[in-house]
Amino acid sequence: MSDLPRLEISRRGVLAGTAMLSASPAIPARAAPVQDEPAPLMPVRFKVNGKDRQLSLDPRTTLLDALREHLHLTGTKKGCDHGQCGACTVIVEGRRINSCLSLAVMHEGDAVTTIEGLGTPQKLHPMQAAFVKHDGYQCGYCTPGQICSAVAVLGEIERGVPSHVQADLTASPRATNLELRERMSGNICRCGAYSNIADAMKDVIGSEVAG
Amino acid sequence: MKAFTYERARDPVAAARAVAARQGARFIAGGTNLLDLMKLEIETPTHLVDVQDLGFDRIEPTAEGGLRIGALVTNTDLAADHRVRRDYGVLSRAILAGASGQLRNKATTAGNLLQRTRCPYFYDTNMACNKRKPGSGCAAIGGYSRQLGVIGVSDTCIATFPGDMAVALRLLDAVVETIDAEGLTRAIPIADFHRLWGNRPEQDTVLRPGELLTSVTLPRPLGGRHHYEKVRDRASYAFALVSVAAVIQPDGTGRVAFGGVAPKPWRVEAAEALLPQGAAAVTARAFQGATPTKDNAFKLPLATRALAAVLAQKD
Amino acid sequence: MKFDTPAGPNPIDRMKVVGRAHDRIDGPLKVSGQAAYAFERREPANPAYGWIVGAAVAKGTIRWIDTDEARAAPGVLAVVTARDAGPLGKGDRNTVRLLGGPRIDHYHQAIAVVVAETLEQARAAAALVRVDYDRAAGSFDLDEALKAAPATDDDGKRARADRVGSFETAFAAAPVQLDAEYSTPDHTHAMMEPFASIAQWNGDELELWTSNQMIDWGRSDLARTLNLPKEKIRFHSPYIGGGFGGKLFLRADALMAALGARAVGRAVKIAMPRALMANNSTHRPATRQRIRIGASRDGTITAIAHESGSGDQPGGGPENAIGQTKLLYVGANRLTALRLAVLDLPEGNAMRAPGEAPGMMALEIAMDEMAEKLGMDPVEFRIRNDTQVDPARPERKFSQRQLTRCLTEGADRFGWSNRTARPGQVRDGRWLVGMGVAAAFRNHVSRPSGARVRLDGGIVTVESDMTDIGTGSYTIIAQTAAEMLGVPVEAVVVKLGSSDFPASAGSGGQWGAANATAGVYAACVKLREAVTQRLGLPLDATFANGRVRSGTISQPLSKAGSLVAEDRIEFGELGKTFQLSTFGAHFVEVGVDSYTGATRVRRMLAVCAAGRIINPKSARSQVIGAMTMGVGAALMEELAVDRRFGLFVNHDLASYEVPVHADIPHQEVVFLDEADDKANPMKAKGVGELGLCGVGAAVANAIYNATGIRVRDYPLTLDKYLGQLPQLA
Repeated sequence: MSDLPRLEISRRGVLAGTAMLSASPAIPARAAPVQDEPAPLMPVRFKVNGKDRQLSLDPRTTLLDALREHLHLTGTKKGCDHGQCGACTVIVEGRRINSCLSLAVMHEGDAVTTIEGLGTPQKLHPMQAAFVKHDGYQCGYCTPGQICSAVAVLGEIERGVPSHVQADLTASPRATNLELRERMSGNICRCGAYSNIADAMKDVIGSEVAG
Repeated sequence: MKAFTYERARDPVAAARAVAARQGARFIAGGTNLLDLMKLEIETPTHLVDVQDLGFDRIEPTAEGGLRIGALVTNTDLAADHRVRRDYGVLSRAILAGASGQLRNKATTAGNLLQRTRCPYFYDTNMACNKRKPGSGCAAIGGYSRQLGVIGVSDTCIATFPGDMAVALRLLDAVVETIDAEGLTRAIPIADFHRLWGNRPEQDTVLRPGELLTSVTLPRPLGGRHHYEKVRDRASYAFALVSVAAVIQPDGTGRVAFGGVAPKPWRVEAAEALLPQGAAAVTARAFQGATPTKDNAFKLPLATRALAAVLAQKD
Repeated sequence: MKFDTPAGPNPIDRMKVVGRAHDRIDGPLKVSGQAAYAFERREPANPAYGWIVGAAVAKGTIRWIDTDEARAAPGVLAVVTARDAGPLGKGDRNTVRLLGGPRIDHYHQAIAVVVAETLEQARAAAALVRVDYDRAAGSFDLDEALKAAPATDDDGKRARADRVGSFETAFAAAPVQLDAEYSTPDHTHAMMEPFASIAQWNGDELELWTSNQMIDWGRSDLARTLNLPKEKIRFHSPYIGGGFGGKLFLRADALMAALGARAVGRAVKIAMPRALMANNSTHRPATRQRIRIGASRDGTITAIAHESGSGDQPGGGPENAIGQTKLLYVGANRLTALRLAVLDLPEGNAMRAPGEAPGMMALEIAMDEMAEKLGMDPVEFRIRNDTQVDPARPERKFSQRQLTRCLTEGADRFGWSNRTARPGQVRDGRWLVGMGVAAAFRNHVSRPSGARVRLDGGIVTVESDMTDIGTGSYTIIAQTAAEMLGVPVEAVVVKLGSSDFPASAGSGGQWGAANATAGVYAACVKLREAVTQRLGLPLDATFANGRVRSGTISQPLSKAGSLVAEDRIEFGELGKTFQLSTFGAHFVEVGVDSYTGATRVRRMLAVCAAGRIINPKSARSQVIGAMTMGVGAALMEELAVDRRFGLFVNHDLASYEVPVHADIPHQEVVFLDEADDKANPMKAKGVGELGLCGVGAAVANAIYNATGIRVRDYPLTLDKYLGQLPQLA
């Protein structure tokens, strides 16, 4: 440390550099390793894409990892694992959620729909088909989440769930371009297929859409 | 994520007891913030008490003409409730300006109030952070602080409370209701709920160990025009640089609170009296004594301009 | 096949399949969740899980590392550090070692991998690895470091400025001058799929399923790192969840999976935690640029200089932000120069349109500023300074250059004539509205590329190690083979992304589409020869509608039975004789909130001239995606450097903001009808990076037009101009 340039001392007098090192998880004194007991597994039962599933899981297992690593339903993607990208979006009890920020054991008895439950290559869901038709993707990694979200968004608009961009909060929302884009904003697409995804959604809505 | 045990509580007092009885036990409801932090071992509970079955999922009128919002009402349901949209528009708007559709479907009223800061140094466990590890220092001071607090911060922590919903609740003078392991209930005015950091930045709120949030009550509607102006770099799915919650009455009086600037929703009642004099007068008073950094000094003029935008709106 | 003379007429010119919009053939798999990305491969049975531990300091040495507690944790099978990894080499394309220790080269450099039965166990145990560091002083401040940084060439070797004529004299004499400085920040790729790999050893042979844009580079560099012969490694990457240059190179996930798998004697899968990605891997380096332009009063550029400084780890290279300035506009007197500082921040390297992306962000603001000084329309100013030859070597022509048409056609379509030249004049409620334009420019790169084509009962199977990173490679390769062999796309099976197949150009530098399809073209030419030979037809037989025809004789293709042909495209001197580049024009309309300064893009148009467009549908998606990334660079993207501790602080997707749906308006793309016979037999070039080049500047210029405020420091966040917005009433 002595050869280090003196780090800036803040106006509040905290020597940040020193503090960082003392805060590093690296520093605690060596403790004699203690053999830790594996966490006991917990049973969980839920319905995935209409099928009853029973798993015995480490309680730390997220719904996302239960789907991907235990049920091998890898259509649901892990992009950030922190609710910051939307790639893991699935529909639980009719509502879209980030499956990365939910423990599997918290979904006892729930009905979960994943991208695999919406359609198959042979029999695509209309939203899946619209994504193909409008090239609503590129690398494809955010796509299952986008599609699950898109399907759920149409349901939300139908149910009258308002959005940030709604001018009149008390009115029923309409599926305008602006509305779709706001409501889809929890699904990041780094390839930038947003414009095409909006087109795909409008196609599914079918009716003439303002804006 | 450290190993933990998990139970699903069936009644509120039992839940509070379960948490009070064990060091390191925590409630979990939506989980959207807690699990995020657990994966990074910023939060390391040893036992989780899942409160989702406790039934606090209704919005009901109160005898006083307000609304009682169950602690487990999701952000989506709260924002969509027709009474809230009609009478407490600022609350709907604040919620809808935050997070994403997916997160709002899972996040609860209680969890939203209890969300922790988004300071990047809090989020990086290699960095000193008095909030994450008391006494370790604050790496944010002298570091990258564009998003961080400009007022109400301290020598130990310059983080902000990052939420939107609470800013509206503060504006509306909501009251937070809790129950503890003894079955005792407590009503905490929202103004007192979040703490200023002082020298205890690790403590975000005045909740005691094992105290379970059961509901949030709103007083009678205020009338007036309701606004939530949120300024951020991208158009959606981002935390506020500055947000302004306001209810403005036809005579130009009203209430105003700010988000993204302080350890808690920032409302200075004395400043509200200056509303008829315009935005600059209000913010000059509301942000008196501000201590911004070079990176976030822009939040002060931004708050003024965002409030001016609100005041300029006619309907 | 050696491509050394301009392509004559060939079967691709029929454009029955090529050149037509086609849905992605991998689309149904992708939209139904059936396309298995690296971490999802089921080939290796019973994999264990690895978790990477990143360094907690940016520079220094590990004094001690204690893995006992981690090893004792439940489910843990092994912990591998540099101590246990055995001797490791370094990939040719890695500037910095992928496994640190005892020396630490940058923050979050991998220092250990913990392997356990489950993901949860591996992650928890990784937090139990205890490390004590000797932290060393590092160089983390680009502006400081550039003060003493030497001039280099684009490889980072010491070099003098590149000069034509006498810039200083001409600039001093120019009646109209601009001298301005611009800065661009560090960017992270932020692809949606994190780095991920599954490794499995079979004896001394390694099989790897990973997410990598360049199979042969990755395989070679993994072999070099592990001190293995390349032939001992099989390397697969059939689906890639975005790369943008971040997955051009071997990264720590692959190496640590290989080391972990060797340690536990079983397959190991690793995905890099999102929080590690920005600092563990490469990024687009920040630049500090100075541009000087001198012009005569009629708007002709007489002198142009572009200097750029950037930083990188020792042994790294500069961000070549000046390349386009050598070729884009006229000017008899020219100066371009690079400076390279040594930094101890994570390794700088390629991100989508390296060089041109930040270079055009600066140059095209400068052009806007210069047009204003001259009182000229910025479209007109660019057209005035267009050139059909390399300005430094006038004997060298562009193979094809329709920049002017891109600008004029774009201006027409966008309604540019409605733009008010005086800034700050147009209001829409609380919004200040403005339009901006920028040229787009990106060089085309020719690279050898191979493919194998099988014919079996009328079904054509193409095999190549080409990758599809979202670019649409599967589809355009199928279109190419279908066109060449006269079969429908549905009769073509495309297998990509494996070292089992012939080495291709790979995906990077917008070279993938043109070169990989040219390689498929070459293999198809060979297969056609084999088919005609077997069917007893002359070489010039035509292949159409599943039949091979010569004169009056026609035979079904399927009658040729089973045949295999393999070839590669190689390039001669045409790329030196001619300058091969792609061109475009970006038009953007923005609204700037007169109160808060928040900018929202309202309309976008790109007009591109990039040779033959093989699949207009996926090519358009490439361009709108690039435009979206350009909006991010203009308005929000910045890795925030902590200059005390030497890291990018905002290392997740909440704090490093990239555009979301709500940021992006409807986007229009127009491709000019082109076919560049000097490029390759496909007569195609690339568009994926062209679409990004200039977008940021078009946004910045639109903000200027809306507000009258010129910001030269990206991203153009509101804090940089809030104080200059109109006073509140």
